[in-house]
Amino acid sequence: MAASGIVLVGFLFAHAAGNLKIFIGNEDFDHYAHWLRTIGTPLLPDVWFLWIMRIGLLVAIFAHIWSATVLTVRAKKARPVKYAHRPKVQGSYAARTMRWGGVIVLLFIIYHILDLTTHTLNPVKDSANPHANVIGDFAPERWYVTAFYAISVIAVGLHLRHGIFSAARTLGQQTAKGQRRAQAIALVLSVLLVVAYLSVPFAVTVGLVK
Amino acid sequence: MNIKVRVWRQSSASSSGKMVSYDVKDISPDASFLEMIDVLNETLILSGDDPIAFDHDCREGICGACSMVINGVAHGPEKATTTCQLHMRHFSDGDVIDVEPWRAAAFPVIKDLIVDRGAFDQIIQAGGYISAPTGTAPDAHAAPVPKKDADAAFEAATCIGCGACVAACPNGSSMLFTAAKITHLGLMPQGQPERNSRVIDMLQAQDDAGFGGCTNMGECAEVCPKGIPLSLIGRLNSDYRKALSKS
Amino acid sequence: MTDFWAEGEPIVDKAAPDGPVETRWERRKFNAKLVNPANRRKLTVIIVGTGLAGGSAAATLAEAGYHVKSYCYQDSPRRAHSIAAQGGINAAKNYRNDGDSVYRLFYDTVKGGDFRARESNVYRLAQVSVNIIDQCVAQGVPFAREYGGLLDNRSFGGTQVSRTFYARGQTGQQLLLGAYQALERQIGLGNVEMNARHEMLEVIIKDGKARGIVVRDMVTGEITTEFADAVVLASGGYGNVFFLSTNAKGCNVTAAWRAHRKGALFANPCYTQIHPTCIPESGSHQSKLTLMSESLRNDGRVWVPKAQKDTRKAADIPEDERDYYLERIYPSFGNLVPRDIASRAAKNVCDEGRGVGPGGLGVYLDFADAIKRLGQPAVEAKYGNLFEMYQRITGDDPYETPMRIYPAVHYTMGGLWVDYDLQSTVPGLFVVGEANFSDHGANRLGASALMQGLADGYFVLPNTISNYLAAGPFPAVSEKDAEVVEARKLVEDRIAKFLSIDGDRTVDSFHRELGHIMWEYCGMERTEEGLTKAIGLIRALKEEFWTRVKVPGKGEELNQNLEKAGRVADFIELGELMCIDALHRRESCGGHFRGESQTPDGEALRHDDEFSYAAAWEYFGADGKPTLHKEDLNFEYVHPSTRSYK
Repeated sequence: MAASGIVLVGFLFAHAAGNLKIFIGNEDFDHYAHWLRTIGTPLLPDVWFLWIMRIGLLVAIFAHIWSATVLTVRAKKARPVKYAHRPKVQGSYAARTMRWGGVIVLLFIIYHILDLTTHTLNPVKDSANPHANVIGDFAPERWYVTAFYAISVIAVGLHLRHGIFSAARTLGQQTAKGQRRAQAIALVLSVLLVVAYLSVPFAVTVGLVK
Repeated sequence: MNIKVRVWRQSSASSSGKMVSYDVKDISPDASFLEMIDVLNETLILSGDDPIAFDHDCREGICGACSMVINGVAHGPEKATTTCQLHMRHFSDGDVIDVEPWRAAAFPVIKDLIVDRGAFDQIIQAGGYISAPTGTAPDAHAAPVPKKDADAAFEAATCIGCGACVAACPNGSSMLFTAAKITHLGLMPQGQPERNSRVIDMLQAQDDAGFGGCTNMGECAEVCPKGIPLSLIGRLNSDYRKALSKS
Repeated sequence: MTDFWAEGEPIVDKAAPDGPVETRWERRKFNAKLVNPANRRKLTVIIVGTGLAGGSAAATLAEAGYHVKSYCYQDSPRRAHSIAAQGGINAAKNYRNDGDSVYRLFYDTVKGGDFRARESNVYRLAQVSVNIIDQCVAQGVPFAREYGGLLDNRSFGGTQVSRTFYARGQTGQQLLLGAYQALERQIGLGNVEMNARHEMLEVIIKDGKARGIVVRDMVTGEITTEFADAVVLASGGYGNVFFLSTNAKGCNVTAAWRAHRKGALFANPCYTQIHPTCIPESGSHQSKLTLMSESLRNDGRVWVPKAQKDTRKAADIPEDERDYYLERIYPSFGNLVPRDIASRAAKNVCDEGRGVGPGGLGVYLDFADAIKRLGQPAVEAKYGNLFEMYQRITGDDPYETPMRIYPAVHYTMGGLWVDYDLQSTVPGLFVVGEANFSDHGANRLGASALMQGLADGYFVLPNTISNYLAAGPFPAVSEKDAEVVEARKLVEDRIAKFLSIDGDRTVDSFHRELGHIMWEYCGMERTEEGLTKAIGLIRALKEEFWTRVKVPGKGEELNQNLEKAGRVADFIELGELMCIDALHRRESCGGHFRGESQTPDGEALRHDDEFSYAAAWEYFGADGKPTLHKEDLNFEYVHPSTRSYK
């Protein structure tokens, strides 16, 4: 869980940094999107690096889902009878929503790929101008798409809030002081990511980015 | 005060159970939660009903026998308090209180509120000890232990093995229990020779006994009557990683 | 008075070596027969109880190679009541260089026991004490340490040397977990067969030797017979005869009492220790009492109002209307008088109608002066956890209002009679820990119970039992043997009887009533009149119990009331013997004040000329008279003197 999670968190930060390019200018954003396809050239043929990345990410996602499934199955087996009085969440809410949160995040990723990678669900479908796809996606009249992105990104944030701390713990973080630090770092990183990811759709929806 | 309790009744391990309501009248706020059940049981016996079976022994919070999930919380609403040390003054007149046994596959219900916690003994058998056959010990001052380590080992060693951590864990994991023992023994110089095999064997025993995996949710530490901190699980993980790399 | 008992032949401890006390244990160990390591596997030892004595004995005997079968009534051996001991464990390590020695610990223990203990046993206890600490440290017991990393010691129970090792207020827990872990290791290795939730209900004696026990599986109700070459009882004390005590709810005398009925003598049953600083009863629902560390008396001042039935709040009672009675009566020791004296003084002021709290059964332990003198943070640092515990139980804040305390039964020095080898009068039946009577005399020093339990289990029994087992393996015992069939039938008939009475009173109601009788007449102060009355009351209670008790449910299931019924039936019989023992001992000694035996100023008066013996009682049927066998006590080293605390 922890190792695959760390890979995915690393990706999320890189992805967020790319997204923010749209605030510098649509051309910069497009340039960045095209550059992604040419990294590694001429050593590697075009798009190869991107595919290597994609495969790496897929492996991480599958490893993450597989571990989560194993843990979930074990949990169901270890706790076959539920309490009649629904237990109060005493630890953290984020920790208790990892599984459903994870499923929501997965569904979102699928939608997101269909939307902005394959363009299957995108209203613009302009491969040459990625910024146009983004702007078309979050147009004011498509507010519900923005809302769905917002919910999903917040789910990612909650997931990371516990996930980053939990990864640190699994890798052996073991002092009370360190725990507070790890939790604080997890919170800060999650908030940063949520803000970074939400800034683009909201900026488009309210018309800051055209 | 007058209250209503809804208690899990199950006549044996193989039968099915259900929640049953009882009215308890004129309970003193100074009575402990178990004394409230005692009073209820006296009336049940005299009216020809089967009294509620529950584990209890020292009734001073140290033996770890008592084990009730009260309103969804292992050992009830007071922090760092076992069921036997919970008093009725923390409830109000007219309250409806749900009482259930620990729920975990590794802790099957034997009767009513009594579960079988033998799985904890199995985890200890696997490695929760320091091998020191009687008579082989050097002088007690042969190996000084820094006070900081001795104090931390003691804190971890205060675990009473009640199983509240498992009862509270949505994964049904016993990680906090195991981590407490790993920490206690791992902090003492006497515990070093078996440190690597201990963590590997105890985790294996924990998995074999049917406990779930840990996802660091922290519910366990919230209900632990002895305040064993969640951070000990990190220590266990670190020990485990090192042990794997050396094995 | 002798209507109540008969006097038999004196009894002699034949296993005890003589000669210089310092070498008696060495010589006994050298003269004891050994068992060849290869033969130990063929020898089975049953151990009942998994506390400090039973747990450590089981682990040690298994390590030595014997086949051990262990039984406990709890769901895990880790829950035995040794776990609740707070204070510490004595050992003559002299790590403080303060003049301590094996001899001094021996001397203090004999004197503390008010000259009613055996010198040989006590000397051995003091010798072995140093090995216990080494053993426990090797097991990883996290004792308190100093900044230099060495073990910390404190002075405990009024001794002048610091010889008490401790692990905060949870020494018993840490020592028991050490023994438990050693035991679990042996279980894991297959050397110990552990049977938790099993209760011993009868001992099987064949050809004059203890050869097994009858047990009930407390989950299924199944009765089985278990055989061995020797049986060890480590079943703890019988303080629960008083219903309210600091013992765990499950603590009982059944194992020891069943052995007594089969011929093992029961010694000094009336020797009970009453601890002065417990949290008082809060009402009729009270199910047990909780002890608070005696260390509280170091800084707290004990008082009651001068006037009777003064119901004002403590804060509203002006200084000149308070009676700091310990400081008044015992000016030199003040609030730090020994346990027995503090307890009796508290009872006296409550009997005068000056007690405080519900039912007038309590005295104040006031920290106001200490808080003023040292400041609240200092008091909190010293007693914080005790104050918290008090507040959790009573709901009162001891920083604001004085604590209320009252004495409670805490430990029983009496128990099955054993010789120097810890063997009872039934060959092959050994008794260790609080269950035997051996080492404390009429009063136990603080931090000595843990020491005795572990001494017996780790070091004494493993060395002495081999002398007996060397003659084994004994001829096989079979389910069909008449003695086995009879023992089993006894158990089954008794269970059937309990279930068939179907009366109108609960088991607990009888237990409570017995407790009241015992506390009132066989507690801190006893008189001939009171004890005679108590015997009558107990006999009537017994009659009533066997006709009116209601035990719900069946035998073939988990049935906690059936378990209790058996225990209470045995407590009733024991209670009668305790009163008879107390009646016959017309002297004030140790924790026991006999009304007819006091000095002109009301202090305890011992009669060494008449009572310098251990009283070992033989069972003669439910309606027969118990027969007294006296074991004379000789004091060659520590000469009897009178304690004075004025």
